[in-house]
Amino acid sequence: MTNGLLGKKLGMTQVYDGGGRLVPVTVIEAGPCRVAQVKSRDRHGYEAVQLTFGEVPERKLSKAESGHLKKQQIPATRYLKEFKKLGDAQVGQVIKADLFQKGDWVDVEGVSKGKGFQGVMKRHNYRGGPETHGSMFHRAPGSIGASSYPSRVWKNKALPGHMGSERVTVSRLKVMEARPDENLLFVSGAVPGATGGMVVVRKSKKG
Amino acid sequence: MNRLERIQQSLTKKTIPAFEIGDTVRVHVKVVEGEKERIQVFEGTVISRKGGRNSETFTVRKISYGVGVERIFPVHSPIVSRVDVVRQGKVRRAKLYYLRDKKGKMAKVGEREYSPEAKARGEAARAAAKSAEAAEAAASKEVAPAGKA
Repeated sequence: MTNGLLGKKLGMTQVYDGGGRLVPVTVIEAGPCRVAQVKSRDRHGYEAVQLTFGEVPERKLSKAESGHLKKQQIPATRYLKEFKKLGDAQVGQVIKADLFQKGDWVDVEGVSKGKGFQGVMKRHNYRGGPETHGSMFHRAPGSIGASSYPSRVWKNKALPGHMGSERVTVSRLKVMEARPDENLLFVSGAVPGATGGMVVVRKSKKG
Repeated sequence: MNRLERIQQSLTKKTIPAFEIGDTVRVHVKVVEGEKERIQVFEGTVISRKGGRNSETFTVRKISYGVGVERIFPVHSPIVSRVDVVRQGKVRRAKLYYLRDKKGKMAKVGEREYSPEAKARGEAARAAAKSAEAAEAAASKEVAPAGKA
């Protein structure tokens, strides 16, 4: 088994918890994932389980990818990702959403929505200037450093640039509902990325 | 319907209380006080119904000691145990927000004679229309490939 699996974000909705309180949830189609490779300490230097997820026509894969999957007799797949190995795992074994039960805590990783090139107010929460009263300073970053010392801009100075489309992990989300026969997980709160995007659901590090 | 909509549909109640805009209803709400659970009744006029599938809500307005009180209930919430229709209202709007600005007699919704037969008739007509629509859709589907052939 592994400490997590791959899934697809289906979108958000709401469910009632036991006490009749509404909880916003993200619906994730989690698995089924096949084990494509088991990495061992002797052979690869570390232990891990490689999982597959999603169907794809074989012509979409590179020769290296399709060769790797063919060797294990596993159908063509869109995503491959390594997970921690917990206990036993065999090639071809199927990991399903029943890895998680209602009430479990999980971390969910995804690629956030791309925002393009953004200024400092949206990207770094700068306050900006007044909009009116003759102000000519609105959304610009302002001074970016001192003068003769250091005579340069400090490294990591927050400035405008590309925002979004990066790997983001949200930790400690509760599994509000699990439907293993439909491969569905209902996870409390929002999850990074757009609907239809791939997400990684793992056992929470913070427990 | 896409996948998410089907999932949302699966989160709805099996039987939805039947009431319409303008009806005077008694909403039975489960209230938990410490260990005990009891039913509290909120009686008023339904002034709006909005949202779809599992997030549908309705607003009930009443005048309590001269003060207007509105409460929004989720249709599919487990704490809304029952909705009884006391009186059916005669209205020409889907949202009765104009009642908020009215006082006294003007803030009342006219009564419509309650007739279960009329209601049943309406429902039957709606069901018939739906099935006719479905039949039509099926027929058009059947025709289309035939036309091609």
